Amino acid sequence: MRSGIIAKKVGMTRLFMDNGKQIPVTVLHMDNLQVVAQRTNEKHGYTAVQLGAGQSKVKNVSKAMRGHFAVAKVEPKRKIAEFRVAPENMIDVGAEITAEHYVEGQFVDVSGTSIGKGFAGAMKRHNFGGLRASHGVSISHRSHGSTGQCQGPGKVFKGKKMAGHMGAARVTTQNLQVVKVDSERGLIMIKGAVPGSKGGWVTVKDAVKKAAVEGVPYPAALRASADNTVKPEPKQDTPSEPSSELVTDETPANGGEE
Amino acid sequence: MDMIAQIEAEQIASLSKDIPDFKAGDTIKVGYKVTEGSRSRVQNYEGVCIARKNGNGIAGSFTVRKISFGEGVERVFPLYSTNIESITVVRRGRVRRAKLYYLRSRRGKSARIAEDTHYKPKAEKE
Repeated sequence: MRSGIIAKKVGMTRLFMDNGKQIPVTVLHMDNLQVVAQRTNEKHGYTAVQLGAGQSKVKNVSKAMRGHFAVAKVEPKRKIAEFRVAPENMIDVGAEITAEHYVEGQFVDVSGTSIGKGFAGAMKRHNFGGLRASHGVSISHRSHGSTGQCQGPGKVFKGKKMAGHMGAARVTTQNLQVVKVDSERGLIMIKGAVPGSKGGWVTVKDAVKKAAVEGVPYPAALRASADNTVKPEPKQDTPSEPSSELVTDETPANGGEE
Repeated sequence: MDMIAQIEAEQIASLSKDIPDFKAGDTIKVGYKVTEGSRSRVQNYEGVCIARKNGNGIAGSFTVRKISFGEGVERVFPLYSTNIESITVVRRGRVRRAKLYYLRSRRGKSARIAEDTHYKPKAEKE
């Protein structure tokens, strides 16, 4: 099991292929995706990597999180997520993951927060049929109808599908195909729609219901610090710039207090 | 330019399609690649363009209507389809609508479109 990634949904477009087919794709952007922390068997009882993506202003980051990022020597991140990995697929803290983490043609599962629909009726929320347009139905054309039996149970069963809040929930779409990877800009194009709105964060993992694909980099596709070539082996790269920036940002505040 | 617009602009550039200036009302000829088994040939489809949708972007499409064996036939083509070999304007029409859906309910004489004799090609803008 290797790590997934955090990506930002940019939007949808289409790709024209040479065989005349057009493919609807969702564009996902991997923005400064770095390993922020590790979870190890000895210390935490399970193995995982904590990834951070995006960038956040230092003033908007809580003091606790500032310390957490300072330990990892990475710039403050906007979004953080943990991915369970096998112990041999552990990635070093500070390593940056590139879009080549996924290969074209492989299948992935994408999770995100779906677009909120507010309080939705039974027709929209559960695909109920509603009532008839005529034949004596008045006012309640979009109602759910009966909710149960008579005095027999004398109650509405738990879990009865009714109107209520819809959307804004965590949704996973499985088995989406990776169509194109643009590692220069950190873009992944995935066939079909993924949950959430434009600008929303999603997590991408290898599909659980498909066999592992050959050619995917283990433990991850990492950006080397010196040159931009991608190496499958984890490499120690602790960017010196972010750490120094963090220090300069914090020192004046400390000096003012004392 | 946002990233989607950038990706689409790049794709349009990479497809390097030569799309003539045409609008609804023009009679156009579309060379469409048809594959039969392993053989592929170009089939011409000529008719009146009755609608153009989604502009000149990657999602753009146009509808071509013709009368085939007394039956009205409409086909929608994606503007940047890789199956389209060529688009040629046969005749410029003068119409006062962007969408000529009213032609569907007309036959013969009333379905004619006057020729635009004053057509001026748009100046190339860079």
